[in-house]
Amino acid sequence: MTAIAEEVFIMQTEQKSPGRGVIRQAFVTSIPVMAGYIVLGIGFGILLHGAGYGPLWSLAMSVLIYAGSMQYVGVSLLAGGASVLTAILTTIMVNARHLFYSISMIGRYRDAGKYKPYLIFALTDETYSLLCDGHAPEGADPHLYRFLVSLFDQCYWVTGCMLGSVLGAALPFSTAGVEFSMTALFVASFTQQWLTTHEHIPAVVGLLGSLVCLILFGPDNFLIPSMLVITAALTVLRPRLSGKEAAK
Amino acid sequence: MSANAHAAVLVAVMAAFTMLLRFLPFLIFRKGRTTPAYVSYLGQVLPQAIIGMLVIYCLKDISFAAAPFGLPELLACAAVVGLQIWRRSSLVSILAGTAVYMLLIRIM
Repeated sequence: MTAIAEEVFIMQTEQKSPGRGVIRQAFVTSIPVMAGYIVLGIGFGILLHGAGYGPLWSLAMSVLIYAGSMQYVGVSLLAGGASVLTAILTTIMVNARHLFYSISMIGRYRDAGKYKPYLIFALTDETYSLLCDGHAPEGADPHLYRFLVSLFDQCYWVTGCMLGSVLGAALPFSTAGVEFSMTALFVASFTQQWLTTHEHIPAVVGLLGSLVCLILFGPDNFLIPSMLVITAALTVLRPRLSGKEAAK
Repeated sequence: MSANAHAAVLVAVMAAFTMLLRFLPFLIFRKGRTTPAYVSYLGQVLPQAIIGMLVIYCLKDISFAAAPFGLPELLACAAVVGLQIWRRSSLVSILAGTAVYMLLIRIM
């Protein structure tokens, strides 16, 4: 087939089933999150099982809370019988970064219509890292595409959490190291953004600001200070950065 | 209150406050009200900075003081960066990088 004939053929197939193309593209985009979510979900399910809470609790938490690190912390809150106030404060501390994800998605999700509530609800770290570059396949409804990516991601997460609950401690631990897929996801995402943007100061601010805060505040308490330092630094750099943005 | 009822309340509270954090910016800057220039600016520059922060967050528990001195993590991260520059496919970078890490923690 010549290149032109091939293109016409692809166009015809896509016209016949416009919905299927976007489902396939959303699925392909979501694949990097699949392994990480299933593995981390299994870890959560096993932990929750160990604390004495069965599959129904796992289902409720992965469907309703749907925040990985928060659910891990939640297991210890449940096991320790924490007070409601402690649960509220811990949730705010652990999940404060979601404010930033939402702020940066305000423009993109503004006109998402019926998809908007779920898009906002399902904006996890990983879904954010898949969708924050604003890429959407050509010809597809970008809101439907983002909705499907978000939905696929939550399906992986719920599947993993349920698997962990059901399998419990019976699972062999030969998969040590698979959890690195989460790190790899963020590193790949960081590299990709670096390659596709001209202005690297925000990326460097994020990396160095967090590193300094990690050294100063330690691994358990550095997220909130990091977010404050990053926001402050980007605010100070605004005249410089927005000037360059406008000049492009 | 029974232990299960208290646990159910805790789950509900965690779910409600997680949702609140995600929805709050959208509730404050509703349709019709223009998003302030400062917020749009943050929306433009924050994604890169936050991904940088999450990279550090993932690597926060590495101990550089004891063997293997964080080498498996650093080498696997270098593999991910190299593959991403070379192939530009996140899936390839993530799968290969994870495989490299799983191999390294078994041999180092």
